[in-house]
Amino acid sequence: MAAEGAGQHGPMSQFEIKKIIDLRLFDYDVSFTNASLFMVLALGVICGFMIYAMRGRSLVPTRIQSVAEMLYEFIAKMVRENLGKDGMTYFPWVFTIFIFILVLNLLGMIPGSFTVTSHIIVTFALAAMVWLVATGIGFAKHGFGYLKLFVPEGVPLILLPVIVPIELISYFIRPISHSVRLFANMMAGHTMLKVFAGFAVMLPVWGKVAPVGFMVAFTGLEFVVGILQAFIFTVLTCIYLNDAVNMHH
Amino acid sequence: MFASIAVLAEAAGEAAHEASKAGLPQLNPDTFVHQLFWLVVTFLVLLFVMSRIALPRVGEVIEERAERIQRDIDSAGRLKAETDKALADYEKALADARANASGIAKQTREKLAAETDAEKARADANIATKLTDAETRIAATKTKALTAVNDIAAETARAVIAKLVGQDVSLDDVKKVLQPTAGK
Repeated sequence: MAAEGAGQHGPMSQFEIKKIIDLRLFDYDVSFTNASLFMVLALGVICGFMIYAMRGRSLVPTRIQSVAEMLYEFIAKMVRENLGKDGMTYFPWVFTIFIFILVLNLLGMIPGSFTVTSHIIVTFALAAMVWLVATGIGFAKHGFGYLKLFVPEGVPLILLPVIVPIELISYFIRPISHSVRLFANMMAGHTMLKVFAGFAVMLPVWGKVAPVGFMVAFTGLEFVVGILQAFIFTVLTCIYLNDAVNMHH
Repeated sequence: MFASIAVLAEAAGEAAHEASKAGLPQLNPDTFVHQLFWLVVTFLVLLFVMSRIALPRVGEVIEERAERIQRDIDSAGRLKAETDKALADYEKALADARANASGIAKQTREKLAAETDAEKARADANIATKLTDAETRIAATKTKALTAVNDIAAETARAVIAKLVGQDVSLDDVKKVLQPTAGK
């Protein structure tokens, strides 16, 4: 990496953010960049897909409509299983998180595109939102009783001085582990692809077979990782939300 | 707590600023503000569109379908109950008809037997009358024949007497002689 990292086409160059339109708002830099472009693209793709798929609203769904319904049912089931029936209040929010990350990950698989979720600030912002919303709901629903989350039931009194700090740390570390998991997976996978693509370019013709074969396999794996990480992020969102709503430990 | 996070973030940012020069674009804090700005904008728009427009539509369709299926199952159950009832009615009607038919057959048989008996009795009576008639007739004929025999005998006797004696005797006398009881 060090050998080619500095170059224009190093494995890290795909993560560079390039300004498309320079914008300023209240003295802040809110330029429209390639990252913004892909966020807006994802927004367009998702809205277009969901609205186009459901245009018929037929009882016997068309193929594309059943895809939209499957996505809906998938997340609805996840929310119901984790949060119970009342948890469906949060369903639109959880669904938005899932579909946004999923489409950002998949758009990033298009060669030459930009993967928004490979930036820690984006995943951290999403994870922080989940953490803040969950914590807010927790205190709104249970008041100071929410603090009992850090005092597990049935633990001997003598262990509490140890357990409580551990619980607190694990609670505060949530947004970090939550965000780094997605960010690191996306970045590592895409870097690997680029590194091997570099090998394929550098090697002589007879040597290209191995890295190209690896890349074909790894591209498939990256699709799986992209879908899986969107799923994991959503499941963890549901679990954190469940702590806040139901306080089940 | 938040202050410490802010301090940490700042420290991380500074470290990242150094690192970004070395080539990790993710850790360049200059890009954070516009990334966050566009993330917030797109996420909020998406959340709005999903929760207000897209998801209710999907939910409606799925709910409607579930309702429709439930309705269809209910009506199928109702129709099945109706069919069962109709079948039971039909079987009952069939059993009734069968019982009815055997009743009618029995009745007819009895009626026919009674008629036959009556006819037979009538015929017997008829035959009896005819028999008596015939017997009477035979008896009459026999009497008549016997009388005729007597007459013939008398005639013959008279003729014989006339030949032998040469005396004409009246028929009644001859009869008186031949048959003292007759002719009285």
